[in-house]
Amino acid sequence: MTATTTHPGAAPTWRRVLAQTSFETRAILRNGEQLLVTIIVPVLVLVGLTRGTFVDLDTAGESRIDFLTPGILALAVMTSSFTSQAIASSFDRRNGVLRLLSTTPLGRGGLLAGKVLGVLGVEVVQIVVIGLTAVLLGWRPDPAGLGLALVAVVLGTGAFTSLALLVAGTLRAEAVLAVANLALIVLAVAGGVIIPASRLPGPLEHVALLLPSGALGEAMRETLLHGVLPPWSVVVLVAWTAALGWGAGRLFRWH
Amino acid sequence: MPDSPALEITGLVKRYGDRAVVDGLDLVARAGQVTAVLGPNGAGKTTTVECCEGLRTPDEGSVRVLGLDPATSARDLRPRVGVMLQDGGLPTGVRALDMLAHVARMYASPRDLGELTERLGLGSFGRTTVRRLSGGQRQRLALAAAVVGRPEIVFLDEPSAGMDPQSRRAVWDLVRELRDEGVAVLLTTHLMDEAEDLADHVVVVDHGRVVAQGSVGALLAAADDRTLQLQASPGLDTAALARALGDGLTVDEHVAGTYAVTGTVTPRTLAALTGWLAEHDELATRITVGRRTLEDVFLDLTGRDLR
Ligand SMILES: Nc1ncnc2c1ncn2[C@@H]1O[C@H](COP(=O)(O)OP(=O)(O)OP(=O)(O)O)[C@@H](O)[C@H]1O
Ligand SMILES: [Mg+2]
Repeated sequence: MTATTTHPGAAPTWRRVLAQTSFETRAILRNGEQLLVTIIVPVLVLVGLTRGTFVDLDTAGESRIDFLTPGILALAVMTSSFTSQAIASSFDRRNGVLRLLSTTPLGRGGLLAGKVLGVLGVEVVQIVVIGLTAVLLGWRPDPAGLGLALVAVVLGTGAFTSLALLVAGTLRAEAVLAVANLALIVLAVAGGVIIPASRLPGPLEHVALLLPSGALGEAMRETLLHGVLPPWSVVVLVAWTAALGWGAGRLFRWH
Repeated sequence: MPDSPALEITGLVKRYGDRAVVDGLDLVARAGQVTAVLGPNGAGKTTTVECCEGLRTPDEGSVRVLGLDPATSARDLRPRVGVMLQDGGLPTGVRALDMLAHVARMYASPRDLGELTERLGLGSFGRTTVRRLSGGQRQRLALAAAVVGRPEIVFLDEPSAGMDPQSRRAVWDLVRELRDEGVAVLLTTHLMDEAEDLADHVVVVDHGRVVAQGSVGALLAAADDRTLQLQASPGLDTAALARALGDGLTVDEHVAGTYAVTGTVTPRTLAALTGWLAEHDELATRITVGRRTLEDVFLDLTGRDLR
């Protein structure tokens, strides 16, 4: 990070990236639809599934709220790092925003860093809001697993942000809008996020465990229910991040 | 290096598929000068400018911005180059002045935002979301973003498109001031009066090549200097009029009722013209003898066909 010395006209790297991070975070939280998808829907799902008895759940001896909250947090991570990021980036790309910002000292690298950190910023808000709601509903996570759960969140964010940038950088904005919402719903229902992979019918169980959604859901449940981070989930998430990040790096088109 | 140009493009070629939209273009722009690039739609202006901004990669030729290659020295160039894109590129979900302040944060010592806001009249819509701005308001905001970082060279792709006359004046004043501060300004435009008023150097591009360049004065002098325009009832016999005028002059009615006489216009031409009109009992509503405008020269160079 020698930007301060070798590029006199530019603000220091950390300041540029910080500015972009808060810009991205605010842009998402100020956008009504994004707010709905990232915060309101997960909270409603949490309250609905916990309080409502219309869905029969085998909670394996855990309380309904303890069993559901980790999956809802995983879902929330997917909404911010995948759905909302993919949609925002694809429209920014179509409108030339990515090109214009990349001509400022921020550059392409700073822009991407700001986007990833902006997602983490949104996730902080999500975790606080969902966590507090869950605690009010009686959630008592395993204290030993809290730190590990944050590791899982970061790993999941890496995989899903890479996926978001891959679709945003290759498909038309309208297509991204459809794909990102559809993928979220499919993965939420059949990807091992809220319903554990082991409860899914037939071969879906094994497929879900190989998906980033299943790996993240599993990691969140194991850490917050039992205080352990499953190595298999870590392997799957890191592998997806590497593969999707490589693909996004190769295929991303700026215009 | 007082003499090394701020921008030097040599033999630039950019192809899409097998069509070369920029086809061996050479261009030089200097610090403290306004260089205006003119050309019909699709001539390759935006493509050329975007090669200079590092947004497109040339297929052949070399581009040097402030002595550096934008493809490999992007990091060094970004703080020193200001960019206004033809298609905007402003983030749409934020308020206008928040957006400008955000871009300013990328620079070590940005221009004073209050002063810039005042000059370009951004205050009246500063709290409006970019998405809701009018076309001209967006243009002004984009221009502000291009100059906020105190660049040494600015690329303005059709800066005054869609602006009202007041805004255009404000933009021209700002461009002149940048020039006087020693900034190299490269702008593209379809407004001939903009080029005539602002540009120290005009480059006319067609089909991806430079077809003429020089100062406005030089471009006008190179062409036949005088022009004669006549307004009368439509449908006069232009061939007969041309014969009456003699001297190899031609007469065209491009717009019904407006006739352009081209060639070497002399005092005798005027006498012959009024004589012919009297003979045909035709009262002209207006006869103008004047210098050719840049638009005349432009149309001669690039033809009258639509692109
Ligand atoms: N990505 C692209 N793929 C294919 N063709 C392209 C692409 N970008 C531009 N072109 C073509 O290249 C040509 C030059 O375009 P360019 O935008 O440089 O023109 P211009 O001189 O800026 O025109 P205008 O005055 O309308 O802005 C046009 O015919 C355009 O259709
Ligand atoms: Mg153009």
